[in-house]
Amino acid sequence: MENQILAVCLPQQGVLPSSAFEVLSAAKNLANQSQGKVFAAVLGEKAQELAKGLTVSGVEKIFAAQHPKLTHNNDEIYAQALSKIIEGKKFGAILFPGTIFGKSLAALMSARLKAGLGVDITEIGMDGGKIQARRAAYSGNALATLSTTQETSFFIVLPMVFPQAEKTGNAAEIVPVPFEPAETKMEYVSFQPEASSEIDLGTAERIVSGGRGLGNAEGFKVIRELAETVKAAVGASRAAVDAGWIPYSHQVGLTGKTVHPKLYVACGISGQIQHLAGMSSSGTIVALNTDPECPMMKTASLSVTNDIYELIPLIVAEIKKRRGG
Amino acid sequence: MSLHIVVCVKSTPTTVNVSIDGTAGKIKTAGLSYAMNPFDEYAVEEAIRIKEKNPGAIVTALSLGPEHTEGTLREAVARGADKAVWLSIPECDTHNSYGTSHALAMALKKIHAENAVHLVLFGKNASDGNAGVTAAQIAGWLNWPAAISVKKIDSLNETETVVWRAVENGVDVLKLKLPACVGTIKEINDPRLPSLKGKMASKKAVIPKWTAQDIGLKAEDFSSTLEPLKIENFSAPPPRPAGLKIEGASAAEKAKKLVDILIERKLI
Repeated sequence: MENQILAVCLPQQGVLPSSAFEVLSAAKNLANQSQGKVFAAVLGEKAQELAKGLTVSGVEKIFAAQHPKLTHNNDEIYAQALSKIIEGKKFGAILFPGTIFGKSLAALMSARLKAGLGVDITEIGMDGGKIQARRAAYSGNALATLSTTQETSFFIVLPMVFPQAEKTGNAAEIVPVPFEPAETKMEYVSFQPEASSEIDLGTAERIVSGGRGLGNAEGFKVIRELAETVKAAVGASRAAVDAGWIPYSHQVGLTGKTVHPKLYVACGISGQIQHLAGMSSSGTIVALNTDPECPMMKTASLSVTNDIYELIPLIVAEIKKRRGG
Repeated sequence: MSLHIVVCVKSTPTTVNVSIDGTAGKIKTAGLSYAMNPFDEYAVEEAIRIKEKNPGAIVTALSLGPEHTEGTLREAVARGADKAVWLSIPECDTHNSYGTSHALAMALKKIHAENAVHLVLFGKNASDGNAGVTAAQIAGWLNWPAAISVKKIDSLNETETVVWRAVENGVDVLKLKLPACVGTIKEINDPRLPSLKGKMASKKAVIPKWTAQDIGLKAEDFSSTLEPLKIENFSAPPPRPAGLKIEGASAAEKAKKLVDILIERKLI
């Protein structure tokens, strides 16, 4: 492989989200093992300004493609800009964030540039001169080890797995990449922000979820209170969603979202295999339930058997007390 | 000219609770039963709804995979697809989205040449591989536009459509020129079960089986798309360490103990 690694940093609503710094950290991991060099690509309407804020040590150069048409997530225009950055250079690995847009862009470009794609990787390094990466399959019931021998490979970095690269260095040399968009087959019509200001499940560090054990829609008031106290996103089991207590966008599990926060608090969720499939790779799992024998209580890192309506307000009060009011 | 919708489906194990043969580095497939990937039911339903709204529209189901794939294609016909095509390429049975998307793109090219395709629909991801990139990758091979994570398709005509793509913090509303590839999510509809009429049609359906040769794939295509990045092996995930049961005489005591640990471990 070529010893140059490119970390693709994609803004969300004009700022670089945590996923960009996770991609940089994955790129640095690979560079450490391959004695390689890390480069960053920043795209957006204010790419140069964003590049200045990318003060991560160990980055050789930052390629910045700036254009008003990069304000929104138009895959076709981003693909053109990124192709322009890659053009004439040799990268052994190009790493993308595992956001919906990052995934879409990586997949589109992997076929166009004829490079194999490792999706949702959780580890990346070198083994016997080859890049090796790992990813989960079968909803976390199997780990697949991928290896590549090609000149350039694409990887999508699963969010919330790699630590965020720290902004402790000086900004690397910024190389503006002039770019004029050509006509595309996709037109960006509008962005509709999520109605609520709630934290996104997929990139949340903490999630508090409610299930059938809540008994009714009102139960989510208690869940939200705990979530707000610990700055967590609100999740739900399929049973709670099917009962109409909370919208589908909150569903965690096989037919909902797959999440891997540092802390997952399951309240009144029995832990059917379909739900476990979506969250069992979380860092610490806390289960609160009346039934000590249910699967979630067996899976949990920490479990408390108690009536949840009695317990959760006490937990909230205890946390507030520790914070001095 | 009327609308032609292709829906790509995959036959996957009916459970994700698979076990691993650690020595061989493979998934134990003995005893697994297969059915249509649950996420694909939404893509099929969306294709059928488009057909119901656009008289004369045709729905073709396409699937790549081994023997059990034919059952999944019959299920798609039972749910309302007019035709089905089974792509049988043993070299592709490897969970390599790059290689399989190339084969599916070649099959779509052939279908498109026979009867112009407007829209290709996909489920969110396969329940086995979990990648969710095939729709966009196929579009890359064909140089068609693509959107994944789509929760609504509207204003569809023979030249363009509007799709609502759910992203982390909202929705991207996009207009795509057709033909285009669209990956759906569960919010898009509520799939119906096959009708009796559909089940009858499914029994009678003649499903052509296409090989690599039929779609113009050559040996060198396999070596360039299937070999470069591949799965070396599967292993079992490390078991979760045994959990700690927090006990106490009162709920308040349990709450206090739990908060102690969460603070100590810097989790809150």
